[in-house]
Amino acid sequence: MQFDFIPIILSLKVAAVAIVLVVCFCVPVAGFMAKHEFWGKDLVESALTLPLVLPPSVVGFTLLYLFGKNGPLGKFLEYYFHYQVVFSLSGAVIAAAVVSFPLMYQSLKASIESVDVNLERAARTLGAGEFKIFFTITLPLSWNGFIAGLVLAFARSLGEFGATLMIAGNIPGRTQTMPLAIYFANEAGEAQKASGLVIIMTVFSFLVIYGLNRWRKKKKLNLNGGDIL
Amino acid sequence: MIKARFGKKLPGFELNIDIALTDGILAVVGPSGAGKTTLLQCIAGLQKPTWGELHIGNRLIYSSAQKINLPTRERRIGYVFQDYALFPHMTVEKNVTYGAPKGNNQRNKTLTASGVLAMLKIEHLKDRYPGQISGGEKQRVALARALMTAPELLLLDESLSALDQDTRSALQQELRKLQGQWQIPFILVTHDPQEAEILGDQIIRITKGKQEIVKRLGNSFSVANSFC
Repeated sequence: MQFDFIPIILSLKVAAVAIVLVVCFCVPVAGFMAKHEFWGKDLVESALTLPLVLPPSVVGFTLLYLFGKNGPLGKFLEYYFHYQVVFSLSGAVIAAAVVSFPLMYQSLKASIESVDVNLERAARTLGAGEFKIFFTITLPLSWNGFIAGLVLAFARSLGEFGATLMIAGNIPGRTQTMPLAIYFANEAGEAQKASGLVIIMTVFSFLVIYGLNRWRKKKKLNLNGGDIL
Repeated sequence: MIKARFGKKLPGFELNIDIALTDGILAVVGPSGAGKTTLLQCIAGLQKPTWGELHIGNRLIYSSAQKINLPTRERRIGYVFQDYALFPHMTVEKNVTYGAPKGNNQRNKTLTASGVLAMLKIEHLKDRYPGQISGGEKQRVALARALMTAPELLLLDESLSALDQDTRSALQQELRKLQGQWQIPFILVTHDPQEAEILGDQIIRITKGKQEIVKRLGNSFSVANSFC
């Protein structure tokens, strides 16, 4: 029997692109939210965390509505870029990014909030602007939360199933990621194929989390040469 | 030169300040919660006074009437925090050079990192992290870091209070010497009247936000007595 590696490659591709998107959005948003008070902040905060608690089918339905043929974003992309998100790999990326965003956001924000404000004040008296302070003081000292968020978000992206199925569909070789391949192999009675993918998925996820945790520990130990935290 | 006349509403009382200092050390004494740190933070721009005016050199850095409030980073003030606030993820050298001005500066000749490190006798620590050095050494690093920005005024917030007696006396001498070398005014907050007397060319006491002059320039009125 020939083993199909394509779902694995697709899953990795989706998770990798999604994580880049999540980091790009999360760093400025978490940085802003941790440091600013404004009217309606609780509402924004709740909205940002919502994908974490909503059932994936609700996220999928909403994305389908937004990016569908008649949805506002779908129309826009179709009209200006002749691009369709639904039933494409980018749909899977968007689904993965949306559901994993809150994990990274929560972890990073909590970490940023725990950085001693006196350090930021000290940097201000040393002539640093807010941008420099964020990237040289606040973010490096939030390293643990950043990595923890990254691990969780990556794992969540890899495992995304419901929303992906709704927006990207199950097109073998194009949008069929590992969780989808496992589900449909099992449905079709191909237990051998399903169990092969299950083992790969489990071992791989384990290694990613184990590796990143080790890396974080080592980084912490190195800094601990300086007795930090 | 610093000239400050301002008020700041705090829970329970108002802090009222009227000070002028061209050179030398102004020591600020008073019990905890009297508003000493608030005074320093208002001068540094970390808190905003309720009313008043603040001048450093010829610059007006805060004025409630003219709605001027220069951000901290443009005030050119060195600030040594009570807990030193050294950046734990940077070496001593990186800490010290964090705020060093780029490009040409009148003080550039004296303002090399190695020069300042040597002056404060901490050259040998430059590759260490703040977690690897003692309290007295941290104090020196914090001083070096503040001086590297070529400030026009140096604020010290009870920064000697956590040190043992010997280190403390040594650093008191050092501060006196530094002030002579840099020729900028220092404002030193301390809860120790003896320290205020050793270091202060002028001394004020703040109690519940009210300021009282204990020692004027050239006046040798004893602080210790006034505390009895």
